[in-house]
This record gives sequence, C-alpha cells and structure tokens, in this order.
Amino acid sequence: MPILTVDMQAGTLTAWRKRAGDAIKRGEIIAEVETDKGLIDVEVFTTGVIESILVQAGETVPTGTVLAIIREEAGAPVSVTPSTPVQPVPVTPPTARPAPAPPRLVAEVTGRVRISPLAKKVAAELGVDPASVRGTGPGGAVTREDIERAAATRPQAPARPAEAPDRQARMRQLIGAAMARSKREIPHYYLGTTIDMSQAMTWLTEENLKRPVPERLLAGVLLIKATALALREVPELNAVWRGTEAAPSPAIHIGVAISLRGGGLVAPALHDADRRSLGDLMTGLRDLVRRARSGGLRSSELSDPTITVTSLGEQGVETVFGIIYPPQVAIVGFGKVVERPWVVEGRIEARPVLAATLSADHRVSDGHRGGLFLAAVDRLLQEPERL
Amino acid sequence: MTRDEVRATMLRVLGEIAPEADLAALKPDVAFRDQLDLDSMDLLNVVIGLHAALGVDIPEADYSSLATPDGCVDYLLGKLQR
Repeated sequence: MPILTVDMQAGTLTAWRKRAGDAIKRGEIIAEVETDKGLIDVEVFTTGVIESILVQAGETVPTGTVLAIIREEAGAPVSVTPSTPVQPVPVTPPTARPAPAPPRLVAEVTGRVRISPLAKKVAAELGVDPASVRGTGPGGAVTREDIERAAATRPQAPARPAEAPDRQARMRQLIGAAMARSKREIPHYYLGTTIDMSQAMTWLTEENLKRPVPERLLAGVLLIKATALALREVPELNAVWRGTEAAPSPAIHIGVAISLRGGGLVAPALHDADRRSLGDLMTGLRDLVRRARSGGLRSSELSDPTITVTSLGEQGVETVFGIIYPPQVAIVGFGKVVERPWVVEGRIEARPVLAATLSADHRVSDGHRGGLFLAAVDRLLQEPERL
Repeated sequence: MTRDEVRATMLRVLGEIAPEADLAALKPDVAFRDQLDLDSMDLLNVVIGLHAALGVDIPEADYSSLATPDGCVDYLLGKLQR
C-alpha cells in the first residue's frame, strides 16, 4: 500500500485494474485505492508481469503492505507496493534529532503504562489508547513511534470503504496530526510581502479577451508560474527531506492546495510547473481540481510535490500563514487581490495588491534567501507576459 | 428557448460541477457562491459549460451578471434573444 502523503497510514484497495499474468508498463495504473484523500489511481514504477496479487479488492491494509509481486522484464521478481514514492521520512531528520533523552524524560508511569510525555500527547491526538500499545522504549516505555505504528495499523479492522463523514473526520484528524508534528519539529520562519498586481491583472483581462472561453486563465495560474520560476533562483526552497538530507529537487512540482467539498483538502502536484505554458498549466489545474473532487488523482500526483502553494483569496483572506507539509521545506501562501492605496512616484493611487507569504524550514534556508524568493515572485509578476 | 429550458440547462451544468448540491433548494436571488460554496474554478467551469450547451459567449466583464440563479437565467435569455 503506497504511502501517498505523509499523513497516510492505511488504505482500502477498491479495485485491481490488472490481473495476475498481465503485462504492465512503468507509469501504468494498476489499481485503485480509497484513502482519506479520496479515490486514488495507483501507478506502477516498473515494467514487467504481475506474478501474484496479495491483497484483494475490499481489503484495508496499512501503508507499506505488499499488494502484489511483479516479475520485472529482465529477471527476478520484485515485491511491489505499487509505488512507494513518498518515503516515510521523519519530519526531523535523524541528525537533527535530540540526543536520546535521559530516563526521567523517556517515560512516566501512567497506571501500569510507561509513556513519554510526547508519546502521550501524540496518542491523544491520534486517539490511541497507550495501554493497548506494546512499548519498545527503555524499560518497555511506549514511545511516539509505538503510538504512530499503532495508529497506522488500527484501520485494518473495518474492512469496508469508509463512509464519507467518517473519511472527512479521519482526514481532519490526520491533517491535524501531520500539521501538529510539522509545527512541533520544523523550525518555521515566516516572511511576507505585498505585491502590486496592476500589471498582472490588466494583462490577464486582455489575455482572456483573446482566448476562447474554454482556454481562459485564472489569476492563480500566474501565481503558480511565478512561484515556479522564482524557485529556479532559490532552489533550496524546492526540496524534500530524504533521510538526513533535504536535497533540492531538479524538477519543480508545485503542490496546489485544493479544498474538497464538504471539508478537507488535498495538494496534488502540477508537474514541471516552471517549464509549462500558462495555458498548459491552466488545463492541468482544471483537470487536477476536477479529479481531486470527483476521484481519480494519480498516486504520483500526491507524492511528487516539492513545495506547496495555497491561496485563500477566494474566501476573502488577505494573508496566509502556511504550515509546511512534510517532507517539503516550504509553503507559499497567497491572499486576496484587494484594492489599496499605493504610492507611485510620490502619488497615492488605488492599486490591486496581493499579500504573498513564505513559510520555510530554517534548517534548509534562512530569511535572506526566503526574501530573495519573494522578491523574485514580485518581479516576475510585474512582467506577466513573460510568464 | 424558454425561460424554463434555460433554467434547466443552467441546473444541468451546475449539477455536473457540484453533483453533491441540492439544486432543488437553490434560492433564486442568492449568489451561487454563497449557496453552493463555488470557487473561481467552479465559476469558470459553469461559464464553459453554458458556452458549450447554449453557444453563448460570456465575457469576463459580464461574470457578475451570473452571480444568482435568476440573474444567470435573465442574462442568458437576453443573450439568446439577440
């Protein structure tokens, strides 16, 4: 069962698109999985033949469970969790973790359960009863990892697709746990700037007059493209933690936060956003939003984002203070375009302006580089015709 | 095209974009955005759907005329009668 997002702990295999004996190609969709993020198409990252299927449709299994065995074209069979693009990367890499805590901090006695304060807090967040968990810490103490492992295996019991309200509640719980962990472990810093959007909005209006109705652009696409191009100048913000390193990604895959009807959100990737035209990005964004809300996102779209962009301007929000989505190292927020007094060459004019913010991981970048990034976004939006 | 036919087309397009919405309960004079939690992508898809269904070209400057169910029907009827 692929780990599609850092907060995913289990999934229900709803259907196989291939059978044992079928030939498959890299990138092909071989199964559908119901997750807290909706129905996801699972791609395979190898070419070969399905030798055997180990998990049947309707079964709910923890992430990491092998679903099938695929015999690669060249030789030996490989056990396949169809795709495991997201490593279960610790939010804090091992080198940055504190030294093993002294015994007095490791465990406290809660009745008969020895549990650290942190593990106790995580247990409360995830709704896990520490008394039901076997501790692997010093003296049998229950650690945070024990709690998270217990939470991951817990969904095995109800071997049925979750009903919508349950899924939304579960999604909220998982988002909460991931965000709490992010805030606890990632040293965020926050920067903000106000961008004059006159040029961008004027250009957009004129451009949409020229375009057929189905090819019209939304302002959000300009923001995504400007973000992607600015990341070329400050590549350390376009990175994901892999083990102990946050290496810049050679590709820029923007995770776009999309609200789901009835609550919750998902942030699938617009791949290679820096290299695509605005029209192509718009087509891709429309498709992503449609599939995010109706089902059919691909597993790679959930696991590939190298940074997230979130915009809450539609809700009237002027400034967004984002929380980094692990294993990423930055999130960019955009608010509503509003008319404000703006000083131009000593005169005050009414101009459409936009608050852009950056939340970034201080282990990977600092405010100076973050500031350069926001300045680049601003500069790029002053020349929208070049996006 | 009659008013009822235009309204039925509008509801069909909305139903494709927001299938979970209770369209029968739509209030005619309240903004779609407030009743259906539509965002700009949804509204663009409504415009594209209406364009495909009715052949009506809706410039961005006219989007505000489509804000409510009644306003939308009035606008489309006006366009179709030209």
